[in-house]
Amino acid sequence: MSERALLELRGIYKSFPGVKALQNVDFTLQKGEIHALMGENGAGKSTLIKVFTGVHVKDAGDIFIEGQSVQIRSPKEAQENGISTVYQEISLCPNLSVAENIFIGRGEGKFVNWKENNKKAGELLESLGINVKPTQQLGSCSIAVQQMIAIARAVDMECRVLILDEPTSSLDESEVAKLFKLMRDLKARGVGIIFVTHFLDQVYEVCDRITVLRDGKLVGQYDIETLPRVQLVSKMLGKELDDMADIKNDIPVFENSDQTPVYEGTNLCSTEGISPFDFKIRKGEINGFTGLLGSGRSECVRTIFGADKVTSGTVKVDGREVKITKPIDAMKQGIAYLPEDRKRDGIIGDLSVKDNIILALQVKTGFFKPFSKSEAIEFANEYIKLLDVKTASVNTPIKSLSGGNQQKVILARWLLTHPKYLILDEPTRGIDVGTKVDIQKLMLKLASEGMSVTFISSETDEMLRTCSRLLVMRDRKLVGELTGDQLTQACVMNTIAGGDKNAADK
Amino acid sequence: MPQTNNDAKPANILAGLLKNQLVIPLAALLLLALFNLIADPSFFKITLSQNSNGDPVLNGYLITILDFGSELAILALGMTLVTAASGGQDISVGAAMAISGSVMLRVLCGSDSRAETMQAPIIVAFIISCVVAMLFGAFNGSLVAFFRIQPMVATLILFTAGRSIAAWINHNELPIVKDPGFGYFGNYIPGIPIPTPFFIAVGCFIIMWALLKFTTLSLYVQSVGINEKTSRLNGLNPEFIKLMTYVILGVCVSIAGFIKVSRLSTINYSVIAKDIEMDAILAVALGGNALGGGKFSMGASVLGAYVIQFLTTTLYKFGVSADALPAYKAVVVILLVTMSAPAVREKINALKNKKNAGKQASAAGNA
Repeated sequence: MSERALLELRGIYKSFPGVKALQNVDFTLQKGEIHALMGENGAGKSTLIKVFTGVHVKDAGDIFIEGQSVQIRSPKEAQENGISTVYQEISLCPNLSVAENIFIGRGEGKFVNWKENNKKAGELLESLGINVKPTQQLGSCSIAVQQMIAIARAVDMECRVLILDEPTSSLDESEVAKLFKLMRDLKARGVGIIFVTHFLDQVYEVCDRITVLRDGKLVGQYDIETLPRVQLVSKMLGKELDDMADIKNDIPVFENSDQTPVYEGTNLCSTEGISPFDFKIRKGEINGFTGLLGSGRSECVRTIFGADKVTSGTVKVDGREVKITKPIDAMKQGIAYLPEDRKRDGIIGDLSVKDNIILALQVKTGFFKPFSKSEAIEFANEYIKLLDVKTASVNTPIKSLSGGNQQKVILARWLLTHPKYLILDEPTRGIDVGTKVDIQKLMLKLASEGMSVTFISSETDEMLRTCSRLLVMRDRKLVGELTGDQLTQACVMNTIAGGDKNAADK
Repeated sequence: MPQTNNDAKPANILAGLLKNQLVIPLAALLLLALFNLIADPSFFKITLSQNSNGDPVLNGYLITILDFGSELAILALGMTLVTAASGGQDISVGAAMAISGSVMLRVLCGSDSRAETMQAPIIVAFIISCVVAMLFGAFNGSLVAFFRIQPMVATLILFTAGRSIAAWINHNELPIVKDPGFGYFGNYIPGIPIPTPFFIAVGCFIIMWALLKFTTLSLYVQSVGINEKTSRLNGLNPEFIKLMTYVILGVCVSIAGFIKVSRLSTINYSVIAKDIEMDAILAVALGGNALGGGKFSMGASVLGAYVIQFLTTTLYKFGVSADALPAYKAVVVILLVTMSAPAVREKINALKNKKNAGKQASAAGNA
């Protein structure tokens, strides 16, 4: 590629208080290519995008556009340099017409010639193959069309660099196909497109090159043909295939036992857009859902617990058919769920540690049977001691505790209900190593006492160490189930990557 | 420095108290009492005299406060729960009181607005008016809980329409209950020199106390008010709990409305309980409860209600006319509310700590 790059970033640094979001990141975008920006959540994708769209100002580094050094200090400057972004949530006005949305905020004079604008919009939409009337109200178009109109707006602003941030997450397959056609058309016109997505299949369908980020650092830039899926996954997760020594575990295998499962769900589905799945767990078993972030693993356990709206499926607990549509139904069946987002779904910030611990059991016990103060304190103290929660007193508001201790309090809340089936969604995220080990040990201990546990973690080795069965998710579908000898890093990654079989045969 | 040594002790007690939510309404109460004590100590005089029926009654400004603060305190009970659970306030309580009072008179008077005898027992009339008030509460509550309308906007509907509905219930007539027994609830029961509304209020406090003590209402309401998503994942039904708080407020409204119509044995649709919603919200705020929902202290709200009545009575005593009253009240309210704002409280705390440290240092120096 002798041509000068369309957009080039060299040695970008950006930190926020306490976090080094980007460290020495390079990025090159050529004219007329579709470039995937990949990485797990928190890898720095959004920060990088925000740096060259002017939302964040870089701490150090250079940005070149067609070889010329430029400063981008605000979204307006980015636009003037031909960089446009279409975000996941559409930031257009649904109550205005299509043409109005394309031209809004761009008039040069005080007067607007709507007739002229409508005509121009019509021509633009036609040239891009988008089939809508310019006078139609935007809100009446499908999400996919709205997204394309947002792209059309960017194209009309003579953008040379187009950033698509998770554009496909709310589209169905035919809509995605339409969007890809538009992307290919733009590519042919010489626009450089940066495509951010969680969907691996889509990357391999439209992209030419891939840049992978991990923990705020550049992992590398690759041509799509030279990077098989499994390699991509291993690069994103930061695990080389070679040094994945298999971890020995003497976890019992449950596959052949004819014991009735503690929980058995068939054809489960919720409103959160996952494909229907089957799931069962036996007494004393630890299993887990794995997959990339956004692959639907949390949505699966939320369906089991009734946390999202359940749309289909039959559930058997201990062989008896039951209905679980709300969390309270699940709790009454002895199911407990520690949610992924501790702040949003886990803690009641202003309430004391004591109240946070007794909450679930209190709800289960009933409205007219409140625990006395001394009972509540006794419960709280018992579990504070058991889990070694570091808190000034039982009356300290939970929000003033550290993340790890908050997590222990939530765990205490569910252990207090003496569940027979415990679901832990990312219990070890964002907490210190010591607590992580504590939680894993506790899980194994609980299982040996007969509790069934489902465990989700972004760290595959944690799961390999504890789980006897792994369910693998990809693109919101359950794509595989691994047991016994298959429980190795390599096998997990191959299944997550899916598709190309060649790389799987190691 | 003998002077500083003297007030060092109360300062320490105060420092401990400052953590308590009751401190702001208490301080306001003391301040008002002190002002009255200096301006005119006769404010605190209570006399026993006979009313026009020849029954003994207690007279005095303090009695007035206990008497007329009752409706406000009862409303503050429900308003506290609504605020805590839904993070907003019901501004329709005054209008709802007009409706429930109107229903009550309608039941008591039947078709004849000047009936010589009551057409139904008072208890029946009260239960019917209570059910009506609960229904209107449920209407507000479902707008807030299920349609997720901002509480003040949702209750604006009833605030606007309520008094017309109240007038419509009695065909815009002003029914009068002639039976003296009906007046007992808003005035005095013959032979008992303490105003009846005070007993009714105390009864309500006891019921509310029992409700908070013997059910998990307090934990549920606070959980829902602080984090709805978490509450749902712990098996609560946030919508239902919010709805319940509005229904409970409906009960409070009907009791307060009952007292109001009983005071006069009739009703004036446009004036009855006018602006009481603002005082009720103020009582909750003055009690140091977060208006954005979450943790609450019922006792502090009740105290807040009486402080507001104390203020109103004080202003009346000093000859402030009814028209000018709101303006004076506003000034005092600004002071009270800024004082109870967390930012200001922190500053005061910090200042106090500094002073205490200085005092201890100087005391040590003296020794």
